[in-house]
Amino acid sequence: MRMLTITNLTFREAWRKKIFWLALGLGVAFLILFGIGFHFIFMEVTEHSRSAVENTAYANILKNEVSGVFLILGLFAVNFLIVMMSALTSVDSIAGEISSHTIQTIASKPLRRWEIVLGKLLGQTLMLAGYVIFMAGGLILEVYLLTGYQPPNILAGLGLMMLEGLIVFSITTLGGTYFSTLANGVVVFMLYGIAFAGSWVEQIGAALDSETAIQVGIIASLIMPGEAMWRLASDLMQPLLVKKTEMSLVVLFSKPSPAMVVYAGIYSAVLVGLALRQFNRRDL
Amino acid sequence: MTNLALETDHLRKEYNGKVAVKDLTLQVPEGEVFGFLGPNGAGKSTTVKMLLDLARPTSGSVKLFGQSPGDPNVRAKVGFLPEHFRFHEWLRATEFLMFHGKLYGLTAAELQKRIPELLDLVGLADSAQTHLSKFSKGMLQRIGLAQAMLNRPALIFLDEPTSGLDPLGRRLVRDIIRRLKAQGTTVFLNSHFLSEVEITCDRVAFIKAGQVVRLETIADLLNQNTELRLRVDSLNPELRQGLDRLGTEVQIEDSTVSMMVADQENIPKIAQLVYHSGAKLYELRPRQKSLEEIFVDIIEGGRQ
Repeated sequence: MRMLTITNLTFREAWRKKIFWLALGLGVAFLILFGIGFHFIFMEVTEHSRSAVENTAYANILKNEVSGVFLILGLFAVNFLIVMMSALTSVDSIAGEISSHTIQTIASKPLRRWEIVLGKLLGQTLMLAGYVIFMAGGLILEVYLLTGYQPPNILAGLGLMMLEGLIVFSITTLGGTYFSTLANGVVVFMLYGIAFAGSWVEQIGAALDSETAIQVGIIASLIMPGEAMWRLASDLMQPLLVKKTEMSLVVLFSKPSPAMVVYAGIYSAVLVGLALRQFNRRDL
Repeated sequence: MTNLALETDHLRKEYNGKVAVKDLTLQVPEGEVFGFLGPNGAGKSTTVKMLLDLARPTSGSVKLFGQSPGDPNVRAKVGFLPEHFRFHEWLRATEFLMFHGKLYGLTAAELQKRIPELLDLVGLADSAQTHLSKFSKGMLQRIGLAQAMLNRPALIFLDEPTSGLDPLGRRLVRDIIRRLKAQGTTVFLNSHFLSEVEITCDRVAFIKAGQVVRLETIADLLNQNTELRLRVDSLNPELRQGLDRLGTEVQIEDSTVSMMVADQENIPKIAQLVYHSGAKLYELRPRQKSLEEIFVDIIEGGRQ
């Protein structure tokens, strides 16, 4: 299977260029930092609640809610890292091979061009999966070990975060078949910027009951549905009470509809399809 | 009739309206060492890319062994050393060959045998575990050459295979081409080193501004381009007419004549002619034009 040879090369590249170790090492640093910070904040909150609230059942609920909110904040940071890592590791993947001419010895071999693109994409996706499980899973495990709190819908939440990375890959893959590495980077980050800003416009618009602002946000999500996946993920993993009382920084006033997940899946598939078509017909 | 390894039919390639290859019709039979010569920008590398399906022709067609190079099964029989021998430099030499060997569909067991042989052949046996980033330009070109021979190709494209090499490296490539020829491999060679082309190629095409201006065997080409110098004591009109008949570009200065003869068989005829005219012949010196001189004549002179 020649596609898997390309996938294997993608792993080896991440390993040789020390991307693997740097991501792992700095990821561990992130988890340690979060753990220490969270531990002390949690201690402070529980101290406070013990003196303020007599009822232990209520104190427990409060602990859970505090853990939940902090976990979502931690995951928010991880989500941002997933987007950045996905973009940075894939932006050069095809564009770089074309501009450096290394593609010529590969594409002249007896394999189909789509095998090159999909082989790379498969390698990137598997590494992304590892990164999401390590970072987001690590954070959830950390909070669980420190407090016993477990957020709802973990699998669906992590799945959506992974889908966000895949959306980024589909953009950089298509961009890489048209543009240089730098231009590709500009495209993916600008699209993410649009999605990010659109998301906040939608939130604030919803809080202020502005239909137009919500529409703007939805249009932004249609242009780049990545951020919407994170909003759905955070909504799914939010502690229940916070959700009900709208007491958190991360609460959603306007939640993307589940149809947005289907849209995101189709969006990625279409972009990858267009990338295969363009890569297949362009000169190398 | 022998089978054709390579065939192009009115091949044309434009980039944004700019013509890179104008109208190229070529046929290379199996087993031939074919030289593809031309100045920079003549469209040589673009042609090679179209022959390997790396670039798509604007019009016209390419066939390798009678089939489209778009078919992976055809490319399995082909080896290619690109002009820009840029490879993944974070790989070690052995890993690099292993990777490309797998793309050819060779098994790990086959490659474990093949790779040391090839490293030895290109003189890199001592650098098997070295990262390509530590390789010199010449070493990269050698490993690229090894890469192009992994599958024991029936047709190999070498695009400027000696551009980064020192004289020893160039000799090595020359020996490898001879060896490939002995094994029956068809070699398609793009090169600026005309002395090498002269030694290794059976037939050459001169390409200028995207089309073939001359296509001939090396033997005929060199044979047709013999410069003859003769010195006699006297030149009567009869001898002059005879020289004009047997050669071209006849120039006479006192008793020295320089002229071009298209066929070496004319040289003894000229000697007889001088003898019969009664003149004394002091000097008769044929000199074959080098391929380099012929190249300059053809490229600067345009169509002949």
